Amino acid sequence: MKRTVPLLITLVVGAALIIADFVPHRPFGTLGDDFSLYFDIIAVFAFILGGGNLVRVHIMKLSKKRKDWPFSIVTLAGFFIMLAAGLLKIGNPDDIKGDVAALGSLFSDLYISIFTPLQASMFALLAFFVGSASYRAFRAKNKEATILLVSAFLILLGRTPLGLWLTEGIPDSISFLELPNLANWILDVPNLAGQRAIMIGIALGVISMSLRVILGVERTYLGQDND
Amino acid sequence: MSNGQTTSRYTIERLQSIDRRIIFVFIAAAVIIPLLLGASLKEETTPIVRALFDYVDHLPEGSRVLLSFDYGPTTAPEIQPMVDAVLRQCIERKCKLYMMAVWATGHNLVGQTIEEILKSEYPQLQYGQDYVNLGYKAGSQGLIRLLVVDFKRMYSTDAAGTAIDSIPMMQNIGNLKNFDLIFSFGGGFPGIKEWILYAGDPGHIPIGGGCTAVSAPLLYPYYPSQLVGLMGGAKGAAEYENALIQAYPKFSNMPMAGMSLMMSQTVSHIVIMFFVVLGNVLYFIGRNRNASTKPGGEK
Repeated sequence: MKRTVPLLITLVVGAALIIADFVPHRPFGTLGDDFSLYFDIIAVFAFILGGGNLVRVHIMKLSKKRKDWPFSIVTLAGFFIMLAAGLLKIGNPDDIKGDVAALGSLFSDLYISIFTPLQASMFALLAFFVGSASYRAFRAKNKEATILLVSAFLILLGRTPLGLWLTEGIPDSISFLELPNLANWILDVPNLAGQRAIMIGIALGVISMSLRVILGVERTYLGQDND
Repeated sequence: MSNGQTTSRYTIERLQSIDRRIIFVFIAAAVIIPLLLGASLKEETTPIVRALFDYVDHLPEGSRVLLSFDYGPTTAPEIQPMVDAVLRQCIERKCKLYMMAVWATGHNLVGQTIEEILKSEYPQLQYGQDYVNLGYKAGSQGLIRLLVVDFKRMYSTDAAGTAIDSIPMMQNIGNLKNFDLIFSFGGGFPGIKEWILYAGDPGHIPIGGGCTAVSAPLLYPYYPSQLVGLMGGAKGAAEYENALIQAYPKFSNMPMAGMSLMMSQTVSHIVIMFFVVLGNVLYFIGRNRNASTKPGGEK
């Protein structure tokens, strides 16, 4: 029963949504929009579920003093302070009726002073790791790696004003050799072809997997629990 | 093996296993020093950015432009200059600006942008008449899909809780098809791709985009039939700013965030290339040396 009901729901909803795409008449015509609304409602509840799960996991970690448990205190404190600042609109210049993110509110101050620098710092670390990884791993070991390396160099130079400055003296008849043009060619032709091939492959895979799920062939999403 | 060869091998091995913190220092210097010097380089607008700029520049007065802030502080240094440039151009074209977010982190950025660009540079603009902040709504692609059918079903109030029907510029908005152009800023999920798939294609609504440099190649397949144009990374922002300055010389004395990043990006690219070349030179020297000292090849 625990598996049959979800399988039936999947079959009926999946089939109805496929029909809705091809039959624009009632009741099928509006099914897609109705299900989108249900999806939105579920998405809102997912926030509550996600928040609850975060609290549960970290309280468990704290109570059992698992590895790195002090970080859980920071996580929980951050979560509850932001939650209170947003829900109660603490310090909001327009009081409880105003925009949650109104400048001057505690929520906005926390966002600007803590959340923004933390997130920006995390992303900025990428520059250092890219530099370090390029030095250690980007080797012209074979033909394919060499093509990749040359392409990367052309893109690195062509996507900066230096590329333009280095090759802007090239005659118009061979202007395709200018570094920005070569970089654009790589993005417009080989990259485009590769991306389209990947997208078509993904689309075919999604169709195939969707049919497997709708028809009940693929059941891993139901978990391991047996009747 | 001679002492000279041993020393040389030792040097190569040491260079190959160089402490990564040394590389980090070079990268940091490459990024920070040009930013502090405030140097900038000549920029040229590529066709994919030019197409976007020209499309906005040909919008008639009073056109409705929806801007979706689908990014957060992580990518704001790359994306925010694009938003600022597009806003300035839209205001010059006397467009109506509708701002929203399908990312929770984008909600605050809408407010910040209104304060920093609209209120400080264009104090004559009136909220509700010239621009509106609709804020964030959950639902990702499901939200976008619903907005194509009924906008006010999802947005019954603006970000401050004002009833949507009491906002003058929202009077004639029924769904996304009432907009002349939709901009999505940010290359993550949901983002430009979802706006194309769930709004642009089914509703025949022009979509323009601005995304991080790493996301741009993934979106090239949508240009030009499904995407009016695309700004990719700081370079895309700088190109758009360049086009803006050429078309509207009044901005030439204004500091442009995208263009000011380009010197830093150029120097850091050069440093990365230097390390890649050095790494490869050491790799080939080491490989040749190993080959020559193997049994049968020993000298």
